[in-house]
This record gives sequence, structure tokens and C-alpha cells, in this order.
Amino acid sequence: MSLPTDPTTAATLGHAIDPEVRRAGLVKRLVRIPTAVVALVWLVVVVAAAVLAPLLTSQSPTASDILDALAPRGPGHPLGTDGVGRDVWAQLIYGARTSLVGALIVVIVSLVVGLPAGLIAGYFRGRFDGISTWIASLLMAQPAIIILLVVLTQVGRNTALAMFVFGFVIAPGVFRLVRASVIAVREELFVDAARVSGLTDPRLIRRHILPVVVAPTVIQMSQIFGIAIVVQAGLEFLGLGSANQASWGGMLNDAFQAIYTAPRLLVWPALAIILTVTACALLGNALRDALGGAPAARRRRRRKELSDTGSVTVSTSPDVADDVALQIDSLVVSYPGAAGDREVVHGVSLAIRRGEVLGLVGESGSGKSQTAFSVLGLLPGAASMSADRIQFHGEDLTTLSGAAMNRLRGRRIGYIPQEPMSNLDPSFRVGSQLVDPMRHHLGLSRKDARAEALRLLERVGIRDPERVFDAYPHQISGGMAQRVLIAGAVSCNPELLIADEPTTALDVTVQAEVLDLIRELQAEREMAVLLVTHNFGVVADICDTVAVMRDGRIVEVASADDLFSDPQDAYTRMLLESSVEGAPARKPLPVIGATR
Amino acid sequence: MFTFLLRRIASGVALVFVTATVTFFLTAMTGSDPARRILGPTATLDEVAAKQAELGLDQSVLQRYLDWLGGVLHGDLSTSWFTNEPVTTLVWAALPITLSLVVSAIVLTAVISVVLGVVSAVRGGWLDNAVQVLSIVGFAIPSFLVGLLLSVVFAVQLGILPAIGYTPFSVDPVGWLTSITLPAVALTVGAVATVSTQTRGSMIEVLGQDYVRTLRSRGLPTRSILLKHALRNAAPASLTVLSLQFIALISGAVVIEKVFGLNGIGQLATSAASQGDVPLILGVVLLVVTLVVLVNLLADLLLGWLNPKVRIA
Repeated sequence: MSLPTDPTTAATLGHAIDPEVRRAGLVKRLVRIPTAVVALVWLVVVVAAAVLAPLLTSQSPTASDILDALAPRGPGHPLGTDGVGRDVWAQLIYGARTSLVGALIVVIVSLVVGLPAGLIAGYFRGRFDGISTWIASLLMAQPAIIILLVVLTQVGRNTALAMFVFGFVIAPGVFRLVRASVIAVREELFVDAARVSGLTDPRLIRRHILPVVVAPTVIQMSQIFGIAIVVQAGLEFLGLGSANQASWGGMLNDAFQAIYTAPRLLVWPALAIILTVTACALLGNALRDALGGAPAARRRRRRKELSDTGSVTVSTSPDVADDVALQIDSLVVSYPGAAGDREVVHGVSLAIRRGEVLGLVGESGSGKSQTAFSVLGLLPGAASMSADRIQFHGEDLTTLSGAAMNRLRGRRIGYIPQEPMSNLDPSFRVGSQLVDPMRHHLGLSRKDARAEALRLLERVGIRDPERVFDAYPHQISGGMAQRVLIAGAVSCNPELLIADEPTTALDVTVQAEVLDLIRELQAEREMAVLLVTHNFGVVADICDTVAVMRDGRIVEVASADDLFSDPQDAYTRMLLESSVEGAPARKPLPVIGATR
Repeated sequence: MFTFLLRRIASGVALVFVTATVTFFLTAMTGSDPARRILGPTATLDEVAAKQAELGLDQSVLQRYLDWLGGVLHGDLSTSWFTNEPVTTLVWAALPITLSLVVSAIVLTAVISVVLGVVSAVRGGWLDNAVQVLSIVGFAIPSFLVGLLLSVVFAVQLGILPAIGYTPFSVDPVGWLTSITLPAVALTVGAVATVSTQTRGSMIEVLGQDYVRTLRSRGLPTRSILLKHALRNAAPASLTVLSLQFIALISGAVVIEKVFGLNGIGQLATSAASQGDVPLILGVVLLVVTLVVLVNLLADLLLGWLNPKVRIA
């Protein structure tokens, strides 16, 4: 059993919630989660049984009566008696007392130790942070039970003291969580602002830092409560709990001694432990959901990304001219949202002839990348796409199976991503990332693929292909990485190249070289190119035709020359004006759907 | 990589030293009189004084510490107060038993967690729900309860596997396997809950990375993207959690050993704790913290091997 102290979830949790909203709505939200209700009811029952123990039974939990050993359930003993004639029911409810008190000790100690230490270390950093972090990691490297056994070697059987010590043993978990949460908010701007406005450190901690720490800590406390019950039961099971005190772990130990004669005695203490700790775990999860909003939906979407893109509807439409490489008719892309589906591409139609470079231009959020990914079949899994057709050299891509689409990708349609450094797998050498697709699609031998990859690297202007081939992505520059990605995109001689803002992430000097390279490769291999960009400079450099997108629709298609000399659409004119170099933009662009 | 490793070894040695020292002084600050405890209430004062001299308790704490430390450096962990056997002998006899348990549990955990984590991250569905439920069950049911349950069902009721005892591998490999199966499985349940949840989470995260989309754009087979690229990048996070589980597994083994009557390190520690046998518990702590350091070192090596940034630097 280990305590999750993941700082990222802790930090995001803290941020997501406005403290006021949190306090007001927490109970209400918690009550709406069925598992939370069940867990709370159970915990209330256990607490009530522990508090009211003397009223619930007239028996003493520790009085043994050998003559009454292993008595069945009956009027005097609702759950029978154990191997030495003690009443099981009385032991169970008095044992609840022991367990709850022990767990409470652990929670209080770990909080009193871990919370202030975490706050100070995270807020002031410096030497205290260094030392306390070191002590925390030292403690976390020790198996908890061994530490407790060391202490018990000294003091003898003492459950309360053992739990007091366990509070210290588990405090590093609290410390690390609090520290990480504090560091995360501390970097937020509002903390700086508050400081500039003259708030003192103690007030700042109370007003701004503490509220953020509360949520993850509360969740963690419910987990620690459960862990404490388990650890305490373990010690008692080992026979190291306080003598003459009823406890669940002690009951398990007694039942274990009688495992061949009366294994049924295991049932009650085992159930008590399992149900109570499960309730703690469920309460913790429910608190997380109630406080932070479940991240489940986001996870599900990401997961689906690897299966092939969602729903596709197909209809027939007239044939496409022979020289057209790609024709898209009425493409619609939408995402599920809180208030129904949100359409981001509304019926886009486009055609690219063989050997033509089409620039798809628009502001971010205009749907141009969504259009490009639709062709590749690489939209995020949550997206649903429909089109009358996406015709690629006589094949309608909307009708292809995932496997058939996978045979096209990389082989006949190449893709150049936007951000070079995040698009190479950091764990594999550059060479293997070039070689694998060629071996897969072209059936080359390892040796031939290597030779071809080196040739490609040289072709895309890398001076020392051997070195780059053997390098890991973190060892090469962004410009080089983009050349590598271009080499990868064209390695299997695709007929269509889709480039998504291929120069945006690069230095200005490298941008021109990369554009030249794409243009050269395009001319050399007579590829059709779909170039997604927001930059008219790029358009002017290499595009034959331009399609301007706004808000999920295409507003104008024209040859590059016509577009620059005589733009038809008002929006195109505005985009052009705002991007003319040297001239000041006359007015800021109206924000249209620029939310993503 | 070399300096990285050297730094790790140095910090490991420091951890062992600090732990041993702190534990020594903790156990030296005793309220009760060990000699009296060993001899019982009927012993005379002279007998107690003689016993104290025999145990070296008449010397200053610092002197005792230096003596003990000197012994440790020569591989002598002093003598048990109660059995009068050398602690080294006791510990070496117990070590293979605990290691058999914990190492089998780690291997089982790694294999099961990778399969569960990857499949639930990619497929979702009922298996994903099952993993989520397991993460709560693994948290809520302590491994010794799982052990008790397994013992009742497979050993007591069905009689398929032995309820107690350990057979050394060198004596009878099959007997060894049957003697550690139930305890190792009991330990594995909780560890799988933690590690498979982590694997699932990091797989989901890696599958959302840009380079995975680019790999897909190259038309590589899904299997290769998942098992070669995504798993490789998700592995470090899982490995870190797995190495932390080693510490938790030792805690778990202490209690499990009692359930299955295995005379391992945990049973030594338990009897040391119940008798107040200070040299024995010191020996156990030294051994356990050394194991933890070695496992962390191994994990660091594997992490370095997995992460080219560390390996190359």
C-alpha cells in the first residue's frame, strides 16, 4: 500500500476550484455521488458503533470464558464467541474504537507535521526546503512497518504510540503534496500581484495559498485514514498491539490461531477492515470528483485517439476530374461539448491538382488544421467527421477501413507537423524513426533502408547525415529536427504532402530554407501539397493557389497572384492588410472563433 | 551516466549510514533496562550488572556506537540478546526467504501491471473499469488479509498448496514454487493496483503526445506504435512506481510471513520487536535499508538506460 502524492494532480486540483464555490457546494456535490453517500453512511455507522459501544453490548470485549469458547451465534452472543470465549460482537465494536482512535492519531500527527512543513518549504524555499525535502525522502525510503518495529522493540506493545510514530512516518507524503501544491500556486501571477499590493506573507499564505492546499490535503487525509487502519491491523495481527485491548487486527490474530477449527472467525474483523478502508478510498475518490471535476471525459477522448477516427457518413456525388489529387466535398468536423456537439468545420470543399501547392490560410481556430487532419484520418478520437467525399486519386478515403487508411498514410500521403521537437519520439534514434516506415511500406532491408535514410538526410540539407542518423532527438536543433521530419514525410515518395504550419516554430532564417526545401522536393517529385499556414509570407513564397478559411468556412479561393493583387473577400483583405510587412496594422483583428 | 551513477551510489551509502546511525541512537535511548528484561524479575542486582557488562551496556552510548559501527564495517552485526547467535547468521538465513517472496511479487507485478495498464489505456471498456475497481480493492484489502483468504481457500479448504513453511530452491525447486506461490500472490494484488493504475495513466498521456500522431501519420502498424514507442516512453514512470513498491512490499512481507509461517526477515523483526532484541532489529534495519538502496540503484540504472538524455550525458 502506498500513498499517492502526485504533485501534478494535486496542483491542478487546487487550481481548478474557487475556494468560495468549493466550500458552499462541496456537501451538495458529494451527496450527489452515490458511492460517496454509501461510504459516508458506513463511516457514520462505524463511528456510532465505536462511540456507543457500551450501549450496544453488555459484554466485555476482553473477558474470556473458556467454558464458553467458540460458542455459536445466540441470544447472549449475537456473533458467537472466539477461541477463548470472548464475545465477538463486543470485540468488533470496541475494536472499532481502537481502530478509529489510532487512525485519528495518525491523521492529526501527519497533518500537524506535514502541513506547516510543506507550506514553509513550498512558500519560502531556501535551506528549510532543502533539509526538509531530504528528511522526507530519507523517511520515504524506509519500509513503514520496519520503523514501527524498531520503536516497539524499545517500548513494547503500545498501539497508540505506534500510531503516533506512524503519523511521522507518513507525514512526508503530506509534506510533499502540500509543498508541490504551494509551489504550483506560488508561480501563479496573482500571488505576485498580491505581494506587490503589500500583502504580508502570513496573510498571503492564509488568503491565497492555504485555500489551494486544502482540497488535495483533505483527499489525502481520507486515504491516510484508511492506510492507518490497515497498518494498525497489521501490527495487531503480528501480536504487537496493546495488550488487553480489543482490536480488529487482534481479532484476526486470534482467528488465525484457530484457522483450522473456526475459520469463520476471520469473517467479521476482515469485513470490518475491508469495508471501512474501502469507504475511505471511495470517499477520497468522491472528494476528488466533487472538488476537481472528474477528468474522466478528457481521458476517454485521448484514449480513443488510437482507434480510428469516429463516425463517418458517406454519400455519393459527381466524379472528380482526372488531374485532381485530392478533392474534399462538404467536410464537417464537430466535437462533443457540454451543450451538445460543437461544429468547428462547416462543410468545407477543396480541390488540389497533381503537383499543385495549395495554401490553406486562416487565423488559429479557423478549422484549417482540423481539415488537414481529416484527410489524414488523424483527428482526435472525440471528433466526429463527415464528408460527401474525400477523394484521393480515385479512392474515397471516407470509405476506407482503418487498416486501409494506415496503408495510405506515410506511403502515399506524407505529413509534416508544426512543432519539430515534440514530433520525434525522444526515446528512439533519428535513424530508426526514418528507417522503420521505409522498411514497413517499401519492404527495404535494414541495410538498404539505412542507405536510403542517409541519402534523404543529405537531400534535406543535413551536413553530417551519419551523425544525425545516430543521434537522439534531444541532440539535434529544431531546424534539423524539422528537416528530419520532412525527410520522413517524403521518404516513401508520397503523392500528397500535408504540411501543418511547417515553419511556424522555426527561426526566421531557418524558415526560408525549409520552405525552399519543401518547394524543391515538391517540384522534384511532383507532389500535391496541402500547406496549412497563417502566414501570407509563406503563401507568397511557395503556394500556387490559396484558400482562405474563417470560422470553419472557406471564404475565398484564388490563385496566389490574384489573391495578393485583387482580394475579393473583405476578410481576406483584412488579413492581408494586417500582415503586410512594415505597415502598421490599422486595427486589431476582430476575434472570431479564436478561442482554441 | 558514470558520474550520475557515482552520485547515486554516494547518496545510497549516505542513506544507509544515516539510517543506521539514527536507528542506533533511537534504540539506545531506552527507558527500560534490557538486562533486567532478559533475565526476568527474579534475577539479582549482581546478575543484572554482570549481564549489562556482558552486553556492553555499562559503556557510554558513543563507545557502543563506535564498537557497533566498527563491527558492521567488518561484517559483524553483533549477537542477538536472546538467542546468543550472531545476527549475521540469523539475517543470512532469513534473507533468501524474504527475497524469494518480494522478488517474485515484483516480477509478477511488473508483468501483470504492464498488460493491464496498456490494455485498459488503449481499449477502455470493461477491463478499464476492472482496473479502476482493482485500484480501490488493492488499496482497501491489506495484503495479509488477501493472504489469510488465500490460505483458507487454497491451503486449508482445498489443500492444493502448503499453508505454512518454506522449501529452499536448492532443495526442491517445485517445492520452493509451491511454498511461495500464495504469499507472493497475496503481496502482488496491492502492488498491481498501484502500478497498473500508473501504467494506464502514463500510457494515456504518452498516446496524446504529438510524436505518436506523427508516428501514426507514417502509417506504422498500431501494434508497433503501442508496444514499441508508447510503452517505451511510458515505462520510466511505471518503473519509478515499481521501485517504490519494493519498499511497500517489504512492509507487506513482514506481516505475510507470519500468515504463511515463513521465517524470513519479517519474522526476525517481529520477534526482535516483541522481545526487545536491539542488536537483531539493528541488523534487520541495516539489511533492509541496504536492499532498498540497491533496488533504487538498479531502478536508476534501468531508468538511465530507458532515457537517452541520461544515458548519453
